[in-house]
Amino acid sequence: MEHGPATDWGEDKASGYKQRLGMWMFASYCIVYAAFVVINSVNPKLMGKSVGNLNLAVTYGFALIVVALVLAVIYNALSTRAEERLNDAYTDDEEEVF
Amino acid sequence: MVYGTSSWAIGIFAFFVAFVLWMAFYFAKRTKTSKGFYAAGGTIHWAVNGIAFAGDYLSAASFLGICGMIAMFGYDGFLYSIGYLAGWIVALFVVAEPMKRMGKFTFTDALDSKFNSKGIQFSAALSTLVISVCYLIPQMVGAGSLITPLLGIPHYLGVVLVGTIVTLIVATAGMTSTTYVQFLKGGLLIIFSTTLTIALLSRGFSTAPDQGGKVPYHEFTSIGYSVGTDGAINLGDASYSLQGNWKDSPYYLKDDNPAKPKPKFVKLTKDGLDTVWLIDEDAGQLRETLFTTKTRDGATLYNGAPKSEGRFFQVGALSEIVMDGQKVDRTGPLDPVSFLTTIQGSTVVRFPSEKVVDGENQVTVYYPKATAGADLLRPGIKFKIGSSIEDNLNFISLMLALFCGTAALPHILIRYYTVPSPACARKSTIVAIAAIGFFYVLTLFMGLGAMTSGVLDLTDSNMSAPLLAKSFGVFLFAIISAIAFATVLGTVSGLIVAASGAVAHDLMDRFFNMKMTDSGKVIAGKFSAIAIGIVAMFLGIAYQKMNVSYLVGWAFAVAASANLPAIMMLLFWKKTTSRGIAASIIVGMVSALGIILLSPEMYKELYGLDPKLAPFPFDNPAIVSVPLSFLTLVVVSLATQAAHARKVIIRAERRPLTPPVVGIPLEPVLDHTAFESMTREELVQLVLQLKSELAALKTSPGEPVN
Repeated sequence: MEHGPATDWGEDKASGYKQRLGMWMFASYCIVYAAFVVINSVNPKLMGKSVGNLNLAVTYGFALIVVALVLAVIYNALSTRAEERLNDAYTDDEEEVF
Repeated sequence: MVYGTSSWAIGIFAFFVAFVLWMAFYFAKRTKTSKGFYAAGGTIHWAVNGIAFAGDYLSAASFLGICGMIAMFGYDGFLYSIGYLAGWIVALFVVAEPMKRMGKFTFTDALDSKFNSKGIQFSAALSTLVISVCYLIPQMVGAGSLITPLLGIPHYLGVVLVGTIVTLIVATAGMTSTTYVQFLKGGLLIIFSTTLTIALLSRGFSTAPDQGGKVPYHEFTSIGYSVGTDGAINLGDASYSLQGNWKDSPYYLKDDNPAKPKPKFVKLTKDGLDTVWLIDEDAGQLRETLFTTKTRDGATLYNGAPKSEGRFFQVGALSEIVMDGQKVDRTGPLDPVSFLTTIQGSTVVRFPSEKVVDGENQVTVYYPKATAGADLLRPGIKFKIGSSIEDNLNFISLMLALFCGTAALPHILIRYYTVPSPACARKSTIVAIAAIGFFYVLTLFMGLGAMTSGVLDLTDSNMSAPLLAKSFGVFLFAIISAIAFATVLGTVSGLIVAASGAVAHDLMDRFFNMKMTDSGKVIAGKFSAIAIGIVAMFLGIAYQKMNVSYLVGWAFAVAASANLPAIMMLLFWKKTTSRGIAASIIVGMVSALGIILLSPEMYKELYGLDPKLAPFPFDNPAIVSVPLSFLTLVVVSLATQAAHARKVIIRAERRPLTPPVVGIPLEPVLDHTAFESMTREELVQLVLQLKSELAALKTSPGEPVN
């Protein structure tokens, strides 16, 4: 049996860009998440300090969830733009050649 | 605790089941191909797939388990929510699009897309099966545990009922019906969790939460006492009597560690019924507790009497409410921020537990402990972090497994094949992050609400969310209970699809190379689903008496250790070889499971041994097994570069270039990563071969070369 994709689609010229973008965003989030885990394990009392009305633990926890969504939306917007730009340009070039 | 059966719950659940079964049989008529069975034809809309992701992922462990853990331990339970959600970042930024681009039906397809390796096919299918079974057992046991109190049927019948429904859903229309079951369940879960949270905020806090006037809050009593010169205890209430010397009693717990003194209890008798009291030496008071007794004949008594007598009441309240600097008895409606700030400034009565061996009886005592809200909203009650290096590493290891495990769970990964394109895979992941993230924010409110609303059943923290719903009326309770059942259906159906894909597609079709027609592959998938469904039912009944919730942790640990290193290195390290991947999967799986089996928790829970004897100091293996798996992949890949290159050349020689192929880049024909590791001689040989094939094409009278 073939073991390629279940659905056919054209070549994605933006995949390299998206992969690099994804890695940078992944690395950024990793740093924020790692800092959260390290503070929790090394100095859990710091998590009890107030940040505005709430303490750092709750604020940081909610922030990790919100930041994940914000990064996801930005990633999608940039990826979609890159797909439109690069894949459309590729199609135009192909049409000129033929 | 006796919940009583709810005809509303039965009715709503029956309606849901009837609807999803109708849907499954409806879609079954359209499911004729293997692509339709395993990947829903690749036609699911990304938004539907995103909510279905939530339905797939938010298992009973997420919904019932996390709410229960927050209700018992506060913020420490919420750490699971954060870790589970953060794992989706790995799924989005690293896994989603490549997984869709490279794979067809299963996770194994994607890993094997460059190699066509028997080693990868076998090891990845095995890890899929191990993860699926580890995940399935607690779901099936949980299904029976949920149904027993709520529908009033025996545990085994509950397991068989859920197992039969799920098997029917999967064996009829495969991934299509599974997707819509998960979509419905995910949508309902988020809508009604939001409803429950709004109702909770509207009610606010009270120091005597009475469940909307339906159940008066139990006021805990105290008895004054003094100690005579002879060391005997003198009780302030003569209706209670004490037998023997209170300090020689097993209830007067001995301190293993003087730095952490244990609570001391005393057993008193009144009207022939035993009661257990916490000794509050500072206040000179004995405080009422709750306790369960497991007798030698296997019966369980609740506060000294059978469950049906209803002596084991619901608990959980704020003992002191401070709102805007003022002490109040009741807050009235609150907004989300003031809900949290009020808890932070108030005092909550928690009920930790201690075990007592009283002759042949095993007694668990739940005693009241006033805890500052500020301490509940920061880590440290469940996880003893900051106290020792082992505890810190254990915590880091858990958070690592949650982060790395999500994006490598096979039943999550197969959802990427149901959408039409990599862009849709990406978009559906973003919908999943939004839906799951929102739900996890709600878990903090629902958990803290259950902790402070007088609804907690201390013997079953998993019932916290349904019991919180019950305090708002039987309809919301029925809906939340029905969703809890649907939660099991959604997750178990996803797991059975993943496991049947591993058996029928990865093993039968690919690994054993059994020659089957496309319709034969569908039949193989359906029979695999039925077989796995039967095994799941059997395991659900067999493990009924065991606490198996830790198996979800096993699934995450194996996924993080066996699957994620293989996925990441395949994508980002060009020298990765098929043998490296297969070895890393096996090493990751074996090391994760091995470490778990040698962990303190298993020594205590599974073997009944002293946890200090455990050879491995942590319960969570990820901090060792994940790096070990990465290291194995690197070492084995580097050691097998030459063999890998030879294999690629052989494959190239067997696949002569044809005119339509010459016009497109070489990448799809040859694995370009192989060139980097080829020797000069091998490269020369390959170039000569290509030259001769090109020359032959130019001289042939066939189609012109593009």
